[in-house]
Amino acid sequence: MKTIELVIDGKKVQAEEGATILEVARENGIYIPTLCHDDQLQPAGTCRMCMVEISNNGRKKLVASCVYEVEENLVVKTDSEKIRKIRRMIVELLWPTVPALAKEFGVDKSRFVPEHTECCLCGLCVRYCAEVKKLNAVYFKGRGIDREIAFVPELADECVYCRECFNLCVGGLIVNQCGSVYS
Amino acid sequence: MIKLNSPHDLEILRESIVSKRDPNRTCVTVCSGTGCLAYGSHDIFREFRLEIEKQRLGEEVDLRRTGCHGFCGRGPLIVIFPEKICYLGAQKEDVADIVSKTIVDKELVDRLLYKDFETGEQITRIDDIPFYKYQKRILLDNNALIDPEKIDDYIAIGGYSAIAKVLFEWNRDDLIKEIKEANLRGRGGGGFPMGVKWETTRNVPVDPKYVIVNADEGDPGAYMDRSLLEGNPHCVLEGLIIGAYAVGSQEGFIYVRDEYPLALENTKIAIETAREYGLLGENILGSGFDFEITIHRGAGAFVSGESSALMNAVEGRVGEPRPKYIHTSVKGLWDRPTCLNNVETWANVPFIVNKGADWFKSIGTENSKGTKIFSLVGKINNTGLVEVPMGTTLREIVYHIGGGIPNAKKFKAVQTGGPSGGVLPEDMLDIPVDFDALTEAGSMMGSGGMIVMDENTCMVDTARYYIEFLAHESCGKCIPCREGLRQMLRILNSITRGVGKEGDIELLEELGEMMQEASLCALGKTAPNPVLSTIRHFRDEYEAHINEARCPAGVCKELIIYHINPEDCLRCGLCEKNCPTNAISKDEDEVYVINQESCIKCGSCMSVCPEKANAIVVENAFRPPFANDLPKTDVAATTIYST
Repeated sequence: MKTIELVIDGKKVQAEEGATILEVARENGIYIPTLCHDDQLQPAGTCRMCMVEISNNGRKKLVASCVYEVEENLVVKTDSEKIRKIRRMIVELLWPTVPALAKEFGVDKSRFVPEHTECCLCGLCVRYCAEVKKLNAVYFKGRGIDREIAFVPELADECVYCRECFNLCVGGLIVNQCGSVYS
Repeated sequence: MIKLNSPHDLEILRESIVSKRDPNRTCVTVCSGTGCLAYGSHDIFREFRLEIEKQRLGEEVDLRRTGCHGFCGRGPLIVIFPEKICYLGAQKEDVADIVSKTIVDKELVDRLLYKDFETGEQITRIDDIPFYKYQKRILLDNNALIDPEKIDDYIAIGGYSAIAKVLFEWNRDDLIKEIKEANLRGRGGGGFPMGVKWETTRNVPVDPKYVIVNADEGDPGAYMDRSLLEGNPHCVLEGLIIGAYAVGSQEGFIYVRDEYPLALENTKIAIETAREYGLLGENILGSGFDFEITIHRGAGAFVSGESSALMNAVEGRVGEPRPKYIHTSVKGLWDRPTCLNNVETWANVPFIVNKGADWFKSIGTENSKGTKIFSLVGKINNTGLVEVPMGTTLREIVYHIGGGIPNAKKFKAVQTGGPSGGVLPEDMLDIPVDFDALTEAGSMMGSGGMIVMDENTCMVDTARYYIEFLAHESCGKCIPCREGLRQMLRILNSITRGVGKEGDIELLEELGEMMQEASLCALGKTAPNPVLSTIRHFRDEYEAHINEARCPAGVCKELIIYHINPEDCLRCGLCEKNCPTNAISKDEDEVYVINQESCIKCGSCMSVCPEKANAIVVENAFRPPFANDLPKTDVAATTIYST
């Protein structure tokens, strides 16, 4: 495996080829906030909380660090005014389902009218059930703004006993609603 | 059918087809594109066949069904060769007249000829009609010459000769060099150079490789790719086969949306007939090169037009874009190197091979070469498909080719690039249409949709329409796009209902900029464009909605009322007959009035009101209603408003 050198927040770090920026940053004690990421699961790149600014050969761009693989001589900035703005806006858009992140970014109210109050559609439960449990009992129904979490009735019998995705749930939909249905 | 085993066989076949055809023989062509079929061109074709039989002209006259001619607003189109007489809007009943007058007596049927809007002058030849005269039709021209179901028609005009040339005279490097030299950029929206894509795919040391035609054209009002695939599918196949040879692929896919049944049918026939001739399948033209094509039918998701989502769909997964930052030309379909381009881009390839990169480069602007097909729709006199060299100004397209705005209305804006594009106001009409100039102006080329809007179009409502479309067509995977569109739609809905708040415009701008930066795929990154560009050019309209609860264009239903002006009313009663909610009735003075309680503001009365009267007016709802709009019993209200 080839070793790659890059700079994250001014710190020179070494990484193995194929690793993502997020993995390398965490190994080196550099914090990048995430929402839809879990170490047990394949990165999905959907929440965009982990956006970082990269520059290579003078070209700057914003990328999701959980899916961007490290490159030689990459310079990464994990925080800036622009990135902060994006993260705060995402928290506002998900208001009030992500209280921990809201506190972290000092967001105490949202300029938007929330439509979901318990689910931020991060998809952790869907991916856990598919990748770890290999059951696919939870899935995304609909597309666009109609997207929601649903259970496959024929497979959800097991959910009553499993409940493993409960620990991952950010907004509490699974715990509050489905949990009460199945308890 | 004989199997062709060498370029020589192909040439012999071509010569034998051409020798049986007399270029001076009368040939009646009936457009059978989707637009003309909807106008009844199928019946016209049948009627022609019967009439020609009846008058015993079968020996002297050919009859041919062809692909889309492009002048779809005036269909069904009939073109009679060799004189190229063009008849517009013909009906079944006109066929006997055309046959006995034009074909037998060589006289014109005046009522079906094109009449100039201004001078009223009649134009006989199709090439002299302004709609066609100012175009440069390279890709679309052949549509009018061939029957899309007959491969012989395509071979007769030199079809598949580019394959013979590439397979036997060029090596792969020459081919890629030629395409790179021509600087053919992707016509699907991204504008990425095709030659570079080919080279990347080719250089990845992984096999098998794939090539894909993206025919998942989903922009509202756009149908360029549809017409190409329906009217000349062999041209696309030929381009794809050449591309497959260049990148070293042996398997290709054509992803066609299922909403295009005719395109599917014609492509299927094209693939079968090409295979029978040995132009597809094993050992193409005896060269030793094998290539197969599979059609994949799309299930109606707009987002599947995004390249990685399309590949997911072909693999049998949900059509959602992939988050990885790896080009599909390196890791695409089943993680193999895949070269994907849209229909129009592939269709350009045989022309570049036949005529050379220098010829291609001679058309267009510095960084955008060749021609581009636009579907010119909306408030425009000549609706249809136009093909122009890159760099043609919007003004030329709208006024010279499109013939301007109907009903002497004023031009307001033109929307380019579909839902992800933007609107351009009148003072930007002189910018040259190419990839870079449009992006600079805050819109984009997209796949070539061009929607013209007149003064009666509300720009806030336009933005709201596109955002609503995108909100339901986004895959919903990433938060900026899904939640951003949800909130944008919510804000725009409130503005168009007159309950927008101060600060909404700024919030929309901030949200839009965030979506551009943070969304996962190109759909999300470009989704706020309709909002941002309308705010940029028509901020005053947003302000009128928010600050005064007024819709300047008179479109937003919650902010307007319809009213019949008693002085202008002819008492014809057309509005009463056409009102779907029976909201219009006569009062005791025989004047028609609209009952505002049951009026749903559909605008039917306005569209049926005779032009000389124009008695229906749109008023700002927040202005006191006219006295005669109120129920007569409501004396108190009447008194208040009359003072």
